[in-house]
Amino acid sequence: MSTVNVTVTVNGVERSAEVEPRTLLVYFLRDHLRLTGTHIGCDTSNCGACTVMLDGKIIKSCTLFAVQANGKSVKTVEGLAENGKLHPIQEGFKEEHGLQCGFCTPGMMLSALELLQKNPHPSEDEIRWGISGNLCRCTGYQNIVKAIQYAADKMAKGEA
Amino acid sequence: MIPPSFEYHAPGSLADAIGLLKQHGDEAKILSGGHSLVPLMKMRFAAPAHIVDINDIPGLDYLKEEGGHLRIGALVREADLEASAVIAAKFPLILDATKLIADPQVRNRATIAGNLAHGDPANDHPAVMLALDAELVIEGSGGERVVPITKFFVDTFETALASDEVLKEVRIPIPPAKSGGAYFKLERRVGDFAIVGVAAQVSLDGAGNIQSAGIGLTNVGPMPIKAEAAEASLAGKAPNDATLQQAGQLAADASKPVTDNRAPEDYKRAMVKELTIRALRRAVSRAEGGN
Ligand SMILES: Cc1cc2nc3c(=O)[nH]c(=O)nc-3n(C[C@H](O)[C@H](O)[C@H](O)COP(=O)(O)OP(=O)(O)OC[C@H]3O[C@@H](n4cnc5c(N)ncnc54)[C@H](O)[C@@H]3O)c2cc1C
Ligand code: FES
Ligand code: FES
Repeated sequence: MSTVNVTVTVNGVERSAEVEPRTLLVYFLRDHLRLTGTHIGCDTSNCGACTVMLDGKIIKSCTLFAVQANGKSVKTVEGLAENGKLHPIQEGFKEEHGLQCGFCTPGMMLSALELLQKNPHPSEDEIRWGISGNLCRCTGYQNIVKAIQYAADKMAKGEA
Repeated sequence: MIPPSFEYHAPGSLADAIGLLKQHGDEAKILSGGHSLVPLMKMRFAAPAHIVDINDIPGLDYLKEEGGHLRIGALVREADLEASAVIAAKFPLILDATKLIADPQVRNRATIAGNLAHGDPANDHPAVMLALDAELVIEGSGGERVVPITKFFVDTFETALASDEVLKEVRIPIPPAKSGGAYFKLERRVGDFAIVGVAAQVSLDGAGNIQSAGIGLTNVGPMPIKAEAAEASLAGKAPNDATLQQAGQLAADASKPVTDNRAPEDYKRAMVKELTIRALRRAVSRAEGGN
């Protein structure tokens, strides 16, 4: 089977691998680059566990071929913390108990990141719409909403 | 799930894309947003030997008003429609529908052109475009042609597109002053495909009567439906309850729903009537300057 060389800037670092064109981005990240923070839930474009950012926009990495990301940049959950310091969104999930099993959490946090970049002061309703592509089977969403509100407040203070 | 193997092409121009489609014929598939095609490939409902990825073709992501039309290029995503000032100001019907398609991640990728080209009666844009009397600009190895939306859907998952053709642009007439539209979608949960969807667009005359109306129905037949008898029944009438009730009934009569895991047939037909009335009521209110 013929392969193609794919080079993607992942969390600021250029990474390459030889993959088949049919390799989905999520397998490229998990199997080829061993970045297993991004999860595979449904594998049918429904649950959002595989959410990552591609050139600054959230996408479902189970529904994009790795070769489509060639030359582009990807942010995964591993790229949220900086210099050993948790991102305010991560801190929010920790402080507000925004996770139980944690399976949905990496995708949830990337969706929260896009939401807060577009809308730094979202209402509860806007938060719920912002994470409507991410399913959580544990929390009932209440504490996830609180975690994102925590992050919004913290990030607003950082701005000031 | 791993999709079947294919050879990947990422042409840099529309001409190159059409060349590849011509060369590989039925073996090739265009990939745009990928949110219908990739799931189908994973489930082995589609196994194209060649994928022609059009995402890197420059100049296809425009959204502009020109010559009395709104022109939407093939690579405009749902998220672009959601963020567009022209859409918000002049096409509340499109904005209503776009916001209810899938979720933020899907809307960052999914294109309106792919939504139409897929030919799925469960998709929302076909009914919207039927209500708005859109035209589709199609380019293939034989040149360019413009197809009215009423001639585009041929059967379930089948459109007027030939295997070497690309849907290049969706072209929608700018509605006159005192126009409004609305989309009502009944869904099991947010982001799901419609149990029933109704798109309505109306224009009012100086006296406040309905000058013209467009009505499209989602997921209540093997193809998207334009409720023509309901549309005709509204022309020249005052938008009162009796008028809207009658149009709702005619739209329900035009629908051809089947019982499935979403809902039984008679329920869907009743919902076509009710959602048509509600969509028309809101469309009229928006045409009058309200919400
Ligand atoms: C979880 C989920 C929920 C969804 N919910 C909804 C919903 O509620 N409502 C709704 O309407 N849709 C929904 N969709 C479908 C989504 O909007 C698809 O993205 C859309 O139907 C297809 O657009 P695409 O750009 O992704 O096309 P692709 O998947 O890339 O292509 C679809 C088909 O069209 C062809 N094609 C694509 N672009 C062109 C072109 N320019 N010219 C010619 N042929 C072309 C392809 O070859 C393919 O056969 C959902 C999808 C998912 C995954
Ligand atoms: S694993 Fe990608 S959406 Fe569920
Ligand atoms: S914490 Fe378990 S799925 Fe969300």
